[in-house]
Amino acid sequence: MKTLEDLKRVREEAIKAMKVREGEQRVKVTVAMGTCGIAAGARETMSALLDELNKRGITDVTVTQTGCKGLCEQEPLVEVTIAGSETVSYGKIDAEKARRIVAEHIVNGHVVGDYVITR
Amino acid sequence: MREISLHILDIAENAIRAGASRIGIEVEADRQSDTLTVTVRDDGCGMPPEILAGVKDPFVTTRTERRVGLGLPLLAANCEATGGSLDVQSRPGGGTTVKAVFGLSHIDRPPMGALHETIRALAAGNVDRRVTLRVRSEKGEFEFDSDTVKAALDGVPLSSPPVAEWLKEHLQEGIAGALELD
Repeated sequence: MKTLEDLKRVREEAIKAMKVREGEQRVKVTVAMGTCGIAAGARETMSALLDELNKRGITDVTVTQTGCKGLCEQEPLVEVTIAGSETVSYGKIDAEKARRIVAEHIVNGHVVGDYVITR
Repeated sequence: MREISLHILDIAENAIRAGASRIGIEVEADRQSDTLTVTVRDDGCGMPPEILAGVKDPFVTTRTERRVGLGLPLLAANCEATGGSLDVQSRPGGGTTVKAVFGLSHIDRPPMGALHETIRALAAGNVDRRVTLRVRSEKGEFEFDSDTVKAALDGVPLSSPPVAEWLKEHLQEGIAGALELD
């Protein structure tokens, strides 16, 4: 059982990793979770983002969620904001595309042009 | 929605839009009465009677982004298809309680699905809100409170990836020990 005792060890790990990167949150990732997003698979998209970030030991990224933005046909929607740059909106992001966004955009800094949507 | 746990996420999103700081989710499977009851309580802004009267109507929504609201109507339809019902209690300033009852053994009851993923998405994606879960069946009982986890983390965010991984395993194991559903 993953207990609160285990959590304390997890906490120590997270603090160590954050210190290496000076604690500042470099990237904000937002997953839209309206009814439309959830029905299109936004929960799986968010899980894939969290799992991929953890697998890569990335701690300077905040994953958060928001409601429907009126672009229901583009769900699941993911927005990536790297500090100092403009927000990039991605449409129809399933778990696999989410992992590619982590690798290419969040880690390497290259926007994944194939999935970008323009308003 | 293919899973009850996705409905739970959807209803909780309504609570977030209502400005709730607390979202309480309860899941209870009762073989005696052959019911599966899901309750989502929030302390958000609540709804006046005229909006409450129309919550099961897909063409009544408070949104301005689009003119349909499908969350509660879809849930009501899924409940009713299994001989159950959907009840929504709300008043302005008094929060909202959504109670969905499904026929537990009914062939049309959607599977529970990944309830741990729903709770993790809510807790990690809304670090400023308190998310609680209580699961009960003849198999056992499990309780989760995001505030307890936050206290143990002492400043490290719930959305931190290693913490999110812990959350997933903690919730998955806890729920599996308290609920045996497909």
